[in-house]
Amino acid sequence: MRFVPAGDLAVCVELGDEISVEVNTRVRALEYLVQQKGVRGVVETVPSFRSLLVYYDPDAVGLETLCDTLGDLAEQASAAVLPAPRTVELPCCYDPELGPDLEPAAARLGLAVDELVRLHAGAEYLVYFVGFTPGLPYMAGMPDRIQLPRLETPRVKVSAGSVGIGGMQCCIYSVESPGGYWLLGRTPVRLYDPGAPEPILLRPGDRVRLRPVDRATFERIGRAVEARTYRPVVVA
Amino acid sequence: MIRILEPGPQTTVQDLGRTGHLRSGIPPSGPMDVHAFVVANRLVGNPDGAAGLECTLMGPRFTVETPCAIAVTGAEVDVTVNDAAVPAWATVRLAAGDRVRVGAARAGVRAYVAVSGGLDVPLTLGSRATYLRGRMGGLDGRALRRDDVLPVGAAPLPVAGARPRLDVPTFEPEPVIRVVLGPQADRFTPAGIAALLGEAYEMLPQSDRMGARLRGPRIAHAAGHDIISDGIALGSIQVPGDGQPIVLLVDRQSTGGYTKVATVCSFDIGRIGQVRPGQRVRFQAVEVAEAHALRRQWQASLAAAVGGPVAAPPA
Repeated sequence: MRFVPAGDLAVCVELGDEISVEVNTRVRALEYLVQQKGVRGVVETVPSFRSLLVYYDPDAVGLETLCDTLGDLAEQASAAVLPAPRTVELPCCYDPELGPDLEPAAARLGLAVDELVRLHAGAEYLVYFVGFTPGLPYMAGMPDRIQLPRLETPRVKVSAGSVGIGGMQCCIYSVESPGGYWLLGRTPVRLYDPGAPEPILLRPGDRVRLRPVDRATFERIGRAVEARTYRPVVVA
Repeated sequence: MIRILEPGPQTTVQDLGRTGHLRSGIPPSGPMDVHAFVVANRLVGNPDGAAGLECTLMGPRFTVETPCAIAVTGAEVDVTVNDAAVPAWATVRLAAGDRVRVGAARAGVRAYVAVSGGLDVPLTLGSRATYLRGRMGGLDGRALRRDDVLPVGAAPLPVAGARPRLDVPTFEPEPVIRVVLGPQADRFTPAGIAALLGEAYEMLPQSDRMGARLRGPRIAHAAGHDIISDGIALGSIQVPGDGQPIVLLVDRQSTGGYTKVATVCSFDIGRIGQVRPGQRVRFQAVEVAEAHALRRQWQASLAAAVGGPVAAPPA
């Protein structure tokens, strides 16, 4: 474990040096303990793969005291302290128009398109953390069989809702942005809706399942999302 | 309420920002120059966090439809009311129908306009701050446009002419920005760190509220510019493969995978936010304890600047 200052208002607590479920689970458990204990001086926290960035108020707590407290909590940080995860089911349309890399990815992997879809949609994904853009989940859980390096030339523009893979990760773009993942499909569900009372759908630690839907269903759900009448299935 | 006649290139509603949503990828937003923003609010008798306007390089023209007071701070700008000059960094009382013009910045980048009562746009996640890339907060999540109407909260009118007790901040030609090295200073060569702390870096025009892009001598990596993506603090100086620094600011991405050589101290964020494109800055390293002491000084200077009876109730 390492505490690295990030300026005068934040400290990065590094719990490992790898992308793994084990290290990330400890990061999320540490964040949960910090929230539960209401650690004095903590302003907000940002979990990521292997570290927790802790923003603090130096008027309320000294850096050394804070690190001592965080160190003690990190000792207890394990899967056992976390509440049971939610499972969120997202419809995903694997259509070459919505997932322009579906066919090239299948060819590169030496798989039939149907087989790639079956493997991709059959997995359960863990949201390691949410970030970069509002509501974007960093997820893993795919079978090794469908891992590909990221695109050599990232796209300038990827539509919101696009579902992509790169390395061991699966990502769902939450807003239109540049992107370097292979795009296999798209969900009509909004992961970020700035006008909604709860603008962000996914949380760190969520499990995500992708349910393949045809184009007509995709369009129908899209209209319901637009009308704010669609609620994705969330199993707490 | 106030009605916008000309918005200026990028005028947004800001308050002190939203806290607690970086873990969802939503940045705090809020003013780049907190000092100027807070002084403006105090000059009109508002709480520090009341919503006001942040103007970029050029201010707006607007009319007020009810009597109120305003204060303009931040970048050096001319302010007129019905075409007559009025002072910046001061409380200015307005009558219904008065026309206000906030001019072009002669020095600095961002001017702030506080209105007594505060701008009463809806709260989003507890804040009125505009987050442009996320289309959140402020007025429909966007910069102001001509004919926009902004409601103003009810408030007693402060006394006109109140000024902060300290001198108005001046804009240095080549400001020295204090940084704490790290979190990934160990991923750079000694020559790279020496460049960061010894050379001047020029502000590029593509800088915005998300990040200040700078150009100067290469800040060389020791071994690769990628890390396992992690959280990005306010002021993080990210250095991608080209060795050029990007200071990440109030509308920053919450996480990223480039090495971060150092972090600009909280009290110098406002100063870097006032550096004009083409202007140069220098970086100076301080230890965390020193940074905390400097922050306390900064807080004390802010308290002293407007600690007096600047916002007495109307006579």
